Amino acid sequence: MSSTFRPTSASQTRDVVAWCADNGSALEVIGTGSKRGLGRPLQTEHTLDLSELAGIGLHEPEELVMSAAPATPIEVIERTLDETGQMLAFEPMDPGPLLGAAGGTVGGIFACNLSGPRRIKAGAARDHLLGFSAVSGRGECFRSGGRVVKNVTGYDLSKLVCGSWGTLAVITELTFKVLPAPERTWTVLVHGLDGKTATGAMSAAMNSPHEVAGAAYLPRRAAASSSLERISGAGGAITALRLEGFGPSVEQRCRELRQLLEDCGETCVLRSQDSRALWREIRDAAVLPCPDHHVIWRISVAPSSGHLLLGGLSDRRDHDAFLDWAGGLVWLSTPPDGNGGAELIRAAVAGLGGHATLFRAPAAIRSSVPVFQPQPAPLAALSRRVKESFDPRGILNPGRMVSGV
Amino acid sequence: MLMPRPDQSVIARRDEIVARLSAIVPGEGVIADETGMRVYESDALSVYRQMPMIVVLPETTEQVAAILRYCSDHGIKVVPRGAGTSLSGGALPLADGVLLGLGKFNRILEIDYDNRAVVTQPGVTNLGITHAVEDAGFYYAPDPSSQIACSIGGNVAENSGGVHCLKYGLTTNNLLGLTFVTIEGEVITLGGKHFDSEGYDLMGLMTGSEGLLGVVTEVTVRILRKPSTARAVLVGFPSSEGAGACVAGVIGAGIIPGGMEMMDNPAINATEDFVQAGYPRDAAALLIVELDGPGVEVDHLIGRVREIAEANGATSVRVSESEAERDRFWAGRKAAFPAVGRIAPDYMCMDGTIPRRMLPEMLRRMSQMSRHHGLAVANVFHAGDGNLHPLILFDANQSGQLEAAEAFGADILKACVELGGVLTGEHGVGVEKRDLMGEMFTDVDLDHQQRVKCAFDPDGLLNPGKVFPQLRRCAELGRMQVHRGQIPFPDIPRF
Repeated sequence: MSSTFRPTSASQTRDVVAWCADNGSALEVIGTGSKRGLGRPLQTEHTLDLSELAGIGLHEPEELVMSAAPATPIEVIERTLDETGQMLAFEPMDPGPLLGAAGGTVGGIFACNLSGPRRIKAGAARDHLLGFSAVSGRGECFRSGGRVVKNVTGYDLSKLVCGSWGTLAVITELTFKVLPAPERTWTVLVHGLDGKTATGAMSAAMNSPHEVAGAAYLPRRAAASSSLERISGAGGAITALRLEGFGPSVEQRCRELRQLLEDCGETCVLRSQDSRALWREIRDAAVLPCPDHHVIWRISVAPSSGHLLLGGLSDRRDHDAFLDWAGGLVWLSTPPDGNGGAELIRAAVAGLGGHATLFRAPAAIRSSVPVFQPQPAPLAALSRRVKESFDPRGILNPGRMVSGV
Repeated sequence: MLMPRPDQSVIARRDEIVARLSAIVPGEGVIADETGMRVYESDALSVYRQMPMIVVLPETTEQVAAILRYCSDHGIKVVPRGAGTSLSGGALPLADGVLLGLGKFNRILEIDYDNRAVVTQPGVTNLGITHAVEDAGFYYAPDPSSQIACSIGGNVAENSGGVHCLKYGLTTNNLLGLTFVTIEGEVITLGGKHFDSEGYDLMGLMTGSEGLLGVVTEVTVRILRKPSTARAVLVGFPSSEGAGACVAGVIGAGIIPGGMEMMDNPAINATEDFVQAGYPRDAAALLIVELDGPGVEVDHLIGRVREIAEANGATSVRVSESEAERDRFWAGRKAAFPAVGRIAPDYMCMDGTIPRRMLPEMLRRMSQMSRHHGLAVANVFHAGDGNLHPLILFDANQSGQLEAAEAFGADILKACVELGGVLTGEHGVGVEKRDLMGEMFTDVDLDHQQRVKCAFDPDGLLNPGKVFPQLRRCAELGRMQVHRGQIPFPDIPRF
């Protein structure tokens, strides 16, 4: 009989996993289930529901550190940090607008390594996890890392669990770095560029000393999808460059950045609240034009290659897209026919170097097409051995990342 | 230091191994004579020495793969070595092992400003990368103090930090791609010029793995545009508590300095004697706070740091007014190790990390330990990130002092763990802290780490004897323990 276990402590979590390990029964590990639509669909005997393992354990603002149980809502984390003028600098994305399931957890964000626009300056989720406690697929509690940033004691397993989609271990506590939130956020907008010139403008901005903390390109249709009138009403493509920091510094950098880009096109400035709203839309890919039945790809390539990828697809497949990460992150929506263009897109990405993740698609497509970029055989074999070292019976989220693993 | 027992059957085959390796790396790539091998007998932790069985210096990834495949097939241990600047004995050779030096991998392969990336071979020095891009206004951010000599491959192996890592991160945060060779000779490429490859983050795992998982043969790093301005503030305090409170105050104000260093009174005076940087000799603690970024921001923040320092009882505050003055402020800190080297025949540099606010407590404990062990200690400290570098002064020629220094060092590291910190912040575990791993981790924790090692190196041939206090066979580690029968755990809510 299939059960859902909802442990209230790490030791209960261990008991469940140990029992499943003994019996070889597979578990789906969930927090609130908001990201169930991501990755490959699962069919497991039991469900391990961590929703009772919630709450902030430690927040020392002056030490720039926080600990929390895995099912702590990300919203609670962000609200608590906000009270002391801090933030998760990697800007966790909320897949809610795309997947129609709101309310993710901190464990889910780290397990999926989902980072937002500030990734280009502040690093990814994986760069912020300092340590964790977990139950491995062997049914044993273990910990790794610590609560300090500078730590090279033993292997950095924090990196490994980030982006492991719950397939290695069930995290029961996370300790992560938090950083001061910027006093001011402004955005320089450049109007009417095509993909190539926008990429050049973003590169020039990133290569300037102005500490750009977000660089995105919204082609005309993406810009038109924005809820901000300044963006949607612009009637053309928008290149957005975010500046953050102390007031006087933002003002000066804003002036200098506009000067630097004056030959590219007409510029204007989006201030505080509007600026934050725009980057939220970019973070959550809410500006991506995508009818409900379209599949969505999240593609990471070198920043100079994003527009080339789109150029190569333009007359071969119907799609909409926008670029984040200074051109390196491509959000792409396309009709679901022919497995959402998987073959074409994967081949194009392989040619440029990078990876394409099938971010949203009906379960049937996610079961038949690899959700993540397929790996060369030696790397796939090594990854499989790493999985087995933590979860020899293959009971934790089996098949979530790769079929059969 | 107890190392794995040499395998005499391997040593007996030495001539044959030399011949086989010479076939893979022709010319002068194999060193088998005692004089030639002597320079490889230790790294920068020179209290530990061991002659390798053979040294091999390949030039291509294919050669590295062929060497590893041969060693793997024949059960021969391999110790990888970059520039040999490890402070934890990470590159300490083995009597029955091949020392695989990557010094000939010394070319930068590509500089890509459009993607702010440099593709380099692992033997290029850390500073060599910055030198290659500085004319265009860029730099590579992690800056370990050995940066003039240490190699980027070694930085990957140790996850090196530096003065600027509070703001700009460690090696692991500045890597985009890696190519490495497994002990079985498979060449694996991770990442590239794009961010965040899907699949397990083996690049993050390789970084800081101390040469136990694979041999890195190519590295892609992220480069950054140089900040337009950098200025430093030099602040003296009558107590370490005041300095600690100032550090907390700066960070609490939302300021992340480019660097924030602290020195205690013995370190201040040792460096002042050596380089005359103009430090206040009477201060109990000295802070150097460097702010970098746009000029207007730096000026703004300097003002705030000065206020915070004064509010915490600073007895002297000086702000650099020129690049020359900023360099002078740093000169003392950068010369701290050699300066301390002048006042004692030997010193041992420790590397624990503690939560910042524990600093005054740590310094109190350290002075007690200093009395207990009868040895002096000077402290330099990456105050921004809590990484301590206590320098224990001793004289190895006096009987018992090396042992006392080792015991003192171990006590410091145990205290770091007790106060919520870790054994090593940036120097690595190596052989030096290997036997202290149990202070921080349980056997179960360590078994989970060692099983990762097994996934990469099932026969334990790569750099054995480092990091883990007890070498266990992979077959034994892999065995599943049956926990208990079929308990329905009545106390766990289930639906």
